[in-house]
Amino acid sequence: MDETAQPVVEIANLVKSYRRGDQIVPVLTGITFDIAAGDFVALMGPSGSGKSTLLNMIAGIDKPDSGSLRVAGTDITALSEAELADWRSHHVGFIFQFYNLMPVLTAFENIELPLLLTDLSARERGEHVAAALSMVGLTDRSDHYPSELSGGQQQRVAIARAIITDPTILVADEPTGDLDRVSAAEILNLIERLNGELGKTVIMVTHDPQAAAKAHTVRHLEKGELSAG
Amino acid sequence: MYFLKLIIRNALRHKLRTGLTALGIVVAILAFGLLRTVVDAWYAGAAAASATRLVTRNAISLVFPLPLTYMGKIRQIDGVKSVSHANWFGGVYITEKNFFPQFAVQAQSYFALYPEFVVAPAQMREFLRDRKGAIAGRKLATTYGFKPGDQVTLRGTIFPGNWEFVVRGIYDGAEAKTDTSQFFFHWDYLNETMMKLAPRRANTVGVYVIGLTSADRAAAVTAAVDATFRNSLAETLTETEQAFQLGFVSMTEAIVVAIKIVSFLVIFIIMAVMANTMAMTARERTAEYATLKALGFGPLALAAMIFGESLAIAGAGGLLGVVLTFPVAGRFGAEMGSLFPVFNVGRETVAMQGAAALLVGAVAACLPALRAARIRIADGLRHVG
Amino acid sequence: MRIPFSYTFRNLWTRKLTTALTAGGMALVVFVFATVLMLEEGLRKTLVETGSHDNVVVIRRSSQTEVQSAIDRGQAAIIESQPQVALGAGGERLVSRETVVLVNLVKRGTERPTNVLIRGVAPLGLTLRPQVRMIAGRAFRPGSSEIIAGRSAAERFKGAGIGETLWFGLREWRVVGTFDAGNSGFDSEIWGDAVQLMQAFRRPVYSSLLFRLNDPESFDQIRAQLERDQRLTVEAKRENVYYAEQSELLAKFIRYLGLTLSVIFSVGAVIGAMITMYASVANRTGEIGTLRALGFRRRSILAAFLTEAVLLALVGGCAGLAAASFMQMFTISTMNWQSFSELAFSFTLTPDIAAKTLLFSLAMGVVGGFLPAIRAARLKIVDALRAI
Repeated sequence: MDETAQPVVEIANLVKSYRRGDQIVPVLTGITFDIAAGDFVALMGPSGSGKSTLLNMIAGIDKPDSGSLRVAGTDITALSEAELADWRSHHVGFIFQFYNLMPVLTAFENIELPLLLTDLSARERGEHVAAALSMVGLTDRSDHYPSELSGGQQQRVAIARAIITDPTILVADEPTGDLDRVSAAEILNLIERLNGELGKTVIMVTHDPQAAAKAHTVRHLEKGELSAG
Repeated sequence: MYFLKLIIRNALRHKLRTGLTALGIVVAILAFGLLRTVVDAWYAGAAAASATRLVTRNAISLVFPLPLTYMGKIRQIDGVKSVSHANWFGGVYITEKNFFPQFAVQAQSYFALYPEFVVAPAQMREFLRDRKGAIAGRKLATTYGFKPGDQVTLRGTIFPGNWEFVVRGIYDGAEAKTDTSQFFFHWDYLNETMMKLAPRRANTVGVYVIGLTSADRAAAVTAAVDATFRNSLAETLTETEQAFQLGFVSMTEAIVVAIKIVSFLVIFIIMAVMANTMAMTARERTAEYATLKALGFGPLALAAMIFGESLAIAGAGGLLGVVLTFPVAGRFGAEMGSLFPVFNVGRETVAMQGAAALLVGAVAACLPALRAARIRIADGLRHVG
Repeated sequence: MRIPFSYTFRNLWTRKLTTALTAGGMALVVFVFATVLMLEEGLRKTLVETGSHDNVVVIRRSSQTEVQSAIDRGQAAIIESQPQVALGAGGERLVSRETVVLVNLVKRGTERPTNVLIRGVAPLGLTLRPQVRMIAGRAFRPGSSEIIAGRSAAERFKGAGIGETLWFGLREWRVVGTFDAGNSGFDSEIWGDAVQLMQAFRRPVYSSLLFRLNDPESFDQIRAQLERDQRLTVEAKRENVYYAEQSELLAKFIRYLGLTLSVIFSVGAVIGAMITMYASVANRTGEIGTLRALGFRRRSILAAFLTEAVLLALVGGCAGLAAASFMQMFTISTMNWQSFSELAFSFTLTPDIAAKTLLFSLAMGVVGGFLPAIRAARLKIVDALRAI
C-alpha cells in the first residue's frame, strides 16, 4: 500500500444532527479522518454512536449538515441528488445486514440490477453477472429466488451485486449481523479476498469482534466522536 | 370495554388505509341508496295509488279515446260512488325539455276523487269559475314560478294549436308520496275548441276514473264495467289504479331490472375492496396473531378481533353513507325534476343500506379470520410482514 | 435506467389474492362502464338504421311522433304531388301513406301486456324500405286482413309468429310472414294494409306519409315548400333523422345514468387501487431504499409503482371488457318513452368502445396509483433502509 497516495476518502469536520419532534439530537459532532485506498476499515462503537450515519454519508445516501467529504476526489456534498445517484452507481458497492435482495428477482437478476444503470447490452451484462457469480461460488444457484437460499448464500449474492460495477469503495453495514458463526466466517473471508486480491477499499460497520479482527484499521466512535485505533 | 378499545385502536393503526376503506364504503352505500331510491321513484305512481279508485281505458290501447256517453252508464253500475274523466294533453311549455303531465279533467268530480290534491277553497272557486283556468302542482310552482293569476301557454301536440290558460290555484300533496308536478284544466274548454276545429274528435275522453263505495267492490265493479261495453265500438279495460300504474312500469321493466342489478354490483365492488383491506391487514399482523395464540387466546378470539375491526369500519362508513343519502337524494331529485316527481328515501332503503354495510364488513372478514384461526404459532412468529 | 418490468409484474403475481381482489373490483366497474356504452350504441344503431337518408317522413306539425300525428287525404294528395317526390320504374309516385296504431299485446311467457306498434303501409311501403327483407312466409296481400311481423315482434309477442293470428280492431288478422329489418326499430313492429287498418280502427286520417326523394339533396327545398304551404300544417324530416330523434330521451337517460354510475363506481375502484398500492409501497420500503442506494432515480421508482397500478388496472379492464362482451348475447326490450311503443335492441361492442373502456381502466390505474407512487419516490434513502 502506497502511504503517500491520495486517500480515497477524505473527511473534515463532519457534523450531523437529527430532528426528533422539536428536539435536535446531535449524532456526529465534528469527525475528521482519511481512509487510504485499498484499506479495510472497521467502524465500531455502541449503539447510537453514529457509525451507521457516518457510513451512510460516505456512501452518499445521506448528507452532512456541515463539513467536507471527498470520495475518490469528488466533493460529494456538492452533488445534486441526481448526480449523487449517478455517482453511487459507479463508485459504491453496498452490503447490508439483511442482504436487501429483491424477493421477486432471481439471484442472477439481483446481481444484474446495478448493471441496468449502465449502457451494457444484455449479453455483456450476462457475462459480468456470470463472472461475479463464479467469484462468490454461486453459479449453480443463479436461478434461485432469495427465499430459496440460506442467509449466507443470500449475503454472497448481495456481495456479488456489490462488486458487479467495479466500484471504488465497498460499504458494509453489519454484514454478519444476521448470520451464524460458520456463514459469518465465510462472508468475512470473501470480503477479505475482495480487499486483498481486487484491492477494493472496504469500510465496514460492525459489532462483531470476529469481523473487526479481519480489518486492517479499526476506528471507534463514541457519542459522535472518533477515537484512534 | 377492552375489546372495543382494541378494535378501534387496531383500525386506527393504519389511518390512511382505514380512512380510504371507510370512504369507499361511504361512496358505495350512498350509490346503493340512491339507486334504490330511483327504483322506488319508478314505482311511485303505483305506491301512491288508491285502493278505492279504478281506471277505465280503451281496451285496444291508451292512445284510443272513449266516448263521453259512457259516463252515464258507468255511474249506474252497482258499487260506483262517483265517476270522473281525464284526457292526457301532452302539450309543450315553451320547449320540449320542460316536460310535465297535463290533463283536461271534469274538474269538480275529479278533485273530489283525489282528496290528496289539496287546494285552498278560494282558489278552487276561482278555478271553477274560469273556463280557461288551471290548477298546477306545488312542484311546478317551484320549478317554473307559477302563481295564481299567471298566464300559461301550452303548445298542443295531440290537440294542435296554442292553448292559453290562467293559473287559478296551486295544489299541495297531502302526503310526501303525492305527485305535485301535474297540471289540470277544464275538459269543457278542450271539448269546445275541438268541436270547432275537429268535430269528429270531440266528446271523447282519455280515461274514466271511478270511485268505489268500498275497496272490496273492486273486482266486481271492474268486471261489470267491462261487461257493459263488450262488443261495442270502444271496448273498455278497467283495472285498479295500482295495476294501471304498474302497467307503465312494466313497460320499462328492463331498465328497472338493470338498475336493481347495478345497485347490487356496487356492493360487490366495495366488498372486494374491503376484503382486500382486511386480507392485507391480517397478513401483516401474522406475528401478532401467533403471539396472541401463544399467550393462550383461541381461534375464536382472533376471529372476533378481525370481524370486530371489519364491522367497525364498515359500520362507520355505512352510517355516514346513510346520513349523506338524504341530502344527495334531495339534490338528485331536484335535478331530475319532472322525470321523478316523487323522490323520497324510504325507510326500507335505509334498512337495506344498513344491512349492506354489515354484510360487506362480515364477508370481508371471513377469509382473513379463517386464515388467522389456522396460523401455526411457530410459523407465525417467524413471519415477517 | 429503468427498473425491469419483471420486477413490477412479479410483485403483482406474488400477492395473488390482493391482486385478484383489486383487479376484480376494477373489472366490475369496467363492466358497468362498457355495458352502458354498448347499450347506448345498440340503441343508436337500432334507431339510426331505422330509416334512410333518402326518404322523408311527413307528420303533422308539432305532433312530435307519428302516434300523435294526423294527415287527412287532402293534405296527403298535395304532398304527393310535389316535384321532389321520386318516381318508380312504372312512373308511380314512390309514396306510402301510413297509419300507425299502438295496440296492447301480451308477451310470450308472461301475461303482461305491452304496447306494440302496428303500422299500416301502402303496397309501396316495403319497397321504400330496402333494408327490410322477408325472411319467412310472404308479404301481406293488399286489401286483406293479413299482416307481417318484424323478427323481434314475432319472437316476443303471443300470436305474432308466422301462421298465428292476432285480434284487434274487432277483427282477426293472420300473420303470413316475418320480416327482418336489420336490427332497426321496424323489427319490433307489425305491418299490414293501411286501408284495412284504417277501416278496422275507424280512422279516416293517416298518421304519416313516407316518400323517396328523387334527388337526396333536394330535401331542404321540399321541406321549405311544405312548411310554407298554407293548405298544410305539417313538418318533414329525413327518415333516419326522425327515428334518431325518437330515441333521444331514452338515449340521454341511459347515457346520463350510466356515466353517473360509472363515475361513482370508479371512485370505489380507485380507492381500492390506492389501498393496495399504499400497502405495496409500505411493504417494499426496504427494497425502495436499496434501489435508490444502488443508484436508481426517484423517477424510476415512481415509474415502477405507477406501472404496477396501471398493470393492475389493465388486468381488471380486460377482464371487465371480456365479461361485457358476453352481454352481446342478450336483447333488451323496453318502452321508448317518446314513441310509446316497445323497442328491442341489443348490446353492441365496437372497437371504439373497447378502446374507450381500456382507456378508462388505464385512467383509474393512474389516478389510484399516483399518490402511492409519489410517496414511494419521495422516501428518503436512510429512512427507507432503516425500516427493515
